[in-house]
Amino acid sequence: MALLEMAGVSKAFPGVLALDSVSFSVDRGEIRALMGENGAGKSTLIKVLTGVYASGSGTVLLDGVSIAPRSPAHAQELGVSTVYQEVNLVPNLSVAENVCLGYEPRTFGKINWRKVNERARRAMSRLNIDIDVTRSLTDFSTAVQQLVAIARAVDREAKVLVLDEPTSSLDKIEVERLFTLMRKLRGDGMAIVFVTHFLEQVYSVADSVTVLRNGVKVGDWAVTELPRQKLVAQMLGRDLDEVPHVDHREAIGTDVLVTVESLGRKNAMEPISFDVRRGETLGLSGLLGSGRTETMKMLSGANPADSGVISVSGIGTRGSRLRPRSPRDSIRLGIGLCPEDRKSEGVCPGLSVSENLLLVLQARRGWLRVIRKKQADKIVSEQIERLRITTPDTRRPIENLSGGNQQKVLLCRWLVAEPTLLLLDEPTRGIDVGNKLEIRKLITDLAKKGMSFVFSSAELEEVVNTCDRVVVLRDRRKVGELKGAEVTEQNVMARIAEGEA
Amino acid sequence: MTLRAPRLHLPVLATLAVLVVLYVAASIRFENFATLRVFMNFLGDNAFLGIVAIGMTYVIITGGIDLSVGAVIGCTTICTAVLIQGQQYHPVAAFAVVIAAGTLLGATQGWLIQRFNLQPFLVTLAGLFLCRGLGLWISSESVQAKHATFQTLEKIRIPVSDGVWLPFTEIVFITVLLVGAYVLRHTRFGRTVYAIGGDEQSAHLMGLPVARTKIGVYALSGFCASLGGVVLVMYTSAGNAINGTGLELDAIAAVVIGGTLLTGGYGSVFGTFFGLLIFAVMQSAITFEGTLSSWWAKIVTGVLLLAFILMQRMLQRSR
Amino acid sequence: MKLHPIAYPLIGLALILLFNAFFTPGFYALELRDGRLYGSLIDVLNRATPVLLLSIGMTLVIATKGVDLSVGAVMAIAGAVAALLVTDKVSFLSVSHSVLLVVLIALVVATFAGVFNGVLVGKVGIQPIVATLILMVAGRGVAQLLTGGQNVTFNNPALERLGTGSAFGLPMPFVIFIVVFVLIAVFVRKTALGLFIEATGSNAEAARLAGVASDKMKVAVYAVSGLVAGIAGVIACADIRAADANNAGLYMELDAILAVAVGGTSLSGGRFSLLGSVVGAVLMQALTTTILTRGVSPHATLVAKALIIVAVILLQSPEFRASFARRKHDPARA
Ligand SMILES: Nc1ncnc2c1ncn2[C@@H]1O[C@H](COP(=O)(O)OP(=O)(O)OP(=O)(O)O)[C@@H](O)[C@H]1O
Ligand SMILES: [Mg+2]
Repeated sequence: MALLEMAGVSKAFPGVLALDSVSFSVDRGEIRALMGENGAGKSTLIKVLTGVYASGSGTVLLDGVSIAPRSPAHAQELGVSTVYQEVNLVPNLSVAENVCLGYEPRTFGKINWRKVNERARRAMSRLNIDIDVTRSLTDFSTAVQQLVAIARAVDREAKVLVLDEPTSSLDKIEVERLFTLMRKLRGDGMAIVFVTHFLEQVYSVADSVTVLRNGVKVGDWAVTELPRQKLVAQMLGRDLDEVPHVDHREAIGTDVLVTVESLGRKNAMEPISFDVRRGETLGLSGLLGSGRTETMKMLSGANPADSGVISVSGIGTRGSRLRPRSPRDSIRLGIGLCPEDRKSEGVCPGLSVSENLLLVLQARRGWLRVIRKKQADKIVSEQIERLRITTPDTRRPIENLSGGNQQKVLLCRWLVAEPTLLLLDEPTRGIDVGNKLEIRKLITDLAKKGMSFVFSSAELEEVVNTCDRVVVLRDRRKVGELKGAEVTEQNVMARIAEGEA
Repeated sequence: MTLRAPRLHLPVLATLAVLVVLYVAASIRFENFATLRVFMNFLGDNAFLGIVAIGMTYVIITGGIDLSVGAVIGCTTICTAVLIQGQQYHPVAAFAVVIAAGTLLGATQGWLIQRFNLQPFLVTLAGLFLCRGLGLWISSESVQAKHATFQTLEKIRIPVSDGVWLPFTEIVFITVLLVGAYVLRHTRFGRTVYAIGGDEQSAHLMGLPVARTKIGVYALSGFCASLGGVVLVMYTSAGNAINGTGLELDAIAAVVIGGTLLTGGYGSVFGTFFGLLIFAVMQSAITFEGTLSSWWAKIVTGVLLLAFILMQRMLQRSR
Repeated sequence: MKLHPIAYPLIGLALILLFNAFFTPGFYALELRDGRLYGSLIDVLNRATPVLLLSIGMTLVIATKGVDLSVGAVMAIAGAVAALLVTDKVSFLSVSHSVLLVVLIALVVATFAGVFNGVLVGKVGIQPIVATLILMVAGRGVAQLLTGGQNVTFNNPALERLGTGSAFGLPMPFVIFIVVFVLIAVFVRKTALGLFIEATGSNAEAARLAGVASDKMKVAVYAVSGLVAGIAGVIACADIRAADANNAGLYMELDAILAVAVGGTSLSGGRFSLLGSVVGAVLMQALTTTILTRGVSPHATLVAKALIIVAVILLQSPEFRASFARRKHDPARA
């Protein structure tokens, strides 16, 4: 009998059967990967397990005892510790408090702050992270926040550890640190459930795999008996298309679209200069906190720069050379930003899928030229088809979509508005393998048709295989630029390391 | 690196700075302003408002709001007076009854808000109408409340300097202030209050007792409001259902001037205390001026409020 | 079962009307006198008009995740300005000959007050409750300052008609409301403004990054709120032929917020329903009128209002309905 056994678990949302009589188990000292496309039901299964949703039916056995978690707190008490998809921490408190909240060491009822901080520091050091834990959580990047969430879950000393896409915004190095920790915990006899869209991570850390498709369990395998191709085929229900071929086109190097001249922001980013050519995909690469997001935010006017200018060619002489002070300034120049943090900067919850999808286009057209309903429906259904967005009804609130599908809607939001330069900050975060390729193909196709992109991703492999040129960042400044055949993982890593000295 | 409790946030310091500037300005403008006696008067006149504002601070940090407090005060004072005068209750018993009722009302509001995910603004607005209506129903006139115990309580006071005393009502206020600040800063309950204000859904997913804490803060606010009503009865020896009309806005203003964000997650009890003092100094200054008509007083209050808020923002931005 | 959000206040309204059909004799009696309808129903609409007007602006403000506490004070200011102008008490501005001009100036002043709020919220970034609290306090002071603390009475048939006249058999204020409502509803729903407002209220940062001018949207909705408050203020003073700076619009901001909330627009911003707010405002007034005609203590109105608010918001809460549904299904499962 495995440590955790779920059987016959179903969960329905209005219009969707998210889980259809799914069984799932994980044993002591086992790392089980839970795989499946966006919207397959992975997060829902986890939320049923941890009492966020009341399940319609089914049983959960922990250590042979039937349990019915009523709330995350209850699940925690029972010994199931969870890191949910998206960062679920409180931004207004310190890192230390986020690690310890609800479990703070106390003396006579008074929180012992010294111990809180010590404990948090110890928890973070298990992941090999050394930061000032008394600083506010918002001082740190999404990646660090994700690590804090993991540290918190691990600190609970649970029997079962559940990790829902913990690595979606982590670097290779951080992922490795996490894996080291997971292996150690496995050695201590913990059962670990691990959700990810990265295949190589499954093969490097997991022992076994469970695949879901459309709310139905496809099967359980040991990783050794499930080669990559087969795993993908099980997830998608079809074989994966060829990986798009990127030829690192040097030839496009003539027609400069956007020139960035010493754009900088005090205390955030050293002045940076580069240019983007027409029809090119420019990669931004660097470690956590190297300034990828900051560069994009300056360029898009979201966080206005305080020095430097950008100039855009081909849209008349007036107004084409300026320092964008707001997103609208940049949008007027044809520059759009698809932001990194979809929860706080991307989706408008409450608004429907279709409204979210058309927001940029409508904003560009202004308030008077309303998109007619027929035209809107057409655009929306085209996009939904193109990116295979799974949604029962486009008039439903977007928050009912699975994380990956929300991300796809946000991407479409910009594509339909046809900017000349689209800044994509981690556009494939939380996207499944099939869709990831789809999106990369889309970017490559659009680039061939003359659209330009600035692309960043925590996955170096993806940057290298998508971009024609790569700007390497380190410590909030540019440390190099690679083009053509120079664009390889080794070269990028070397550039990042060079600055190390 | 420090290993202490979370630091006071910048807005609190900004508020303190504004308070000092205002106090010094008023002291230069008016003789006798900067005396201990005048300062004690601020505290005495605003003790009940201060107690209410402390409960409100908790509610607002969770991202909620409690509009019922003014009406609870009115209802409490009339009930206390009627219990003592009409029903011959011993004051202490009367106090216990009304405070228990106030706390229960607060908890009920909290339960509705939490259990059914209702808007705090609306639930407590209903609480406002309910209490105001009940209070006026009981008696639409002022009722005297006289009892020997009041004199006994008046004798409890702490000497501050010669001739200046800290009276009982102010002792109550200071106690609530200190306990309120301590609980918010150094207990799990207090930290959960912040977590809920930061991101309620995350707090829930992190396994914090969100339901219990939310009901708790509204109960606390009901407790503080009814305690404030009791203090007001002691201070004025009378009860009136229209007491505390519009007081909820004064309390909210004090909390907000004190640097607490209405969106929740940030703020402190001491901030509220400073906010309250700013409010009090402003009002005394207007009284000291003497010649101001009531409408000029309103306009000046508004302009000063605007000035503080803008000043706070500037201080926060230029860090 | 999930009903359209507007269904809940409608059900409430229907219940009150049904109650009156049985227990209040003559509630439905309508009488045509001098080309104008009279009766309890008309009375309800007439009395609801100020709140109806305010609730239009309030709906838009609340949709952007804001709130406007100053509308009562702005009503007082607009009334005071209109009364002073029409009695030629403003030495440098002699416009009493043209009521149109008088009203226009009063509305410009009111709109300006709204813009003031909007700038504080949208451009400076002050929290809406605080920003509008400033004008709520100071604004009434300004109105009292203008009128010198006294009621400014006037005698001007043209202006009075706005408050006491009639058109199409209906009270003039209500007709004015209908016109304003239709204009604003078309303005926001037939253009993309409605979407922009909802996006701003739903996630202001996301809207900003998507190119929506969310700060301008905020300024605009507060301006509209000021404008409709001005209209309500002018009507209120025309109704009593005087500007009463102390009492005009007092506590009306709360009634307007209530109407919006009862009408199904969430106070946390995003989706809004103008029609819902109309139903909400009429519901609250019908309730008050019903209680008053039953001769119960007016204090009971407050208590009844409290209970109705709780009942309506409970009905709107999915959690509440779910807990009922569960109770109904549980025996079947067991
Ligand atoms: N709160 C909700 N209300 C309605 N539908 C929901 C809700 N949460 C999830 N769904 C639906 O349930 C299905 C499963 O979603 P889930 O979040 O479990 O997917 P997932 O496998 O975690 O996908 P991803 O990899 O994108 O995170 C989706 O079709 C989604 O639209
Ligand atoms: Mg998921």
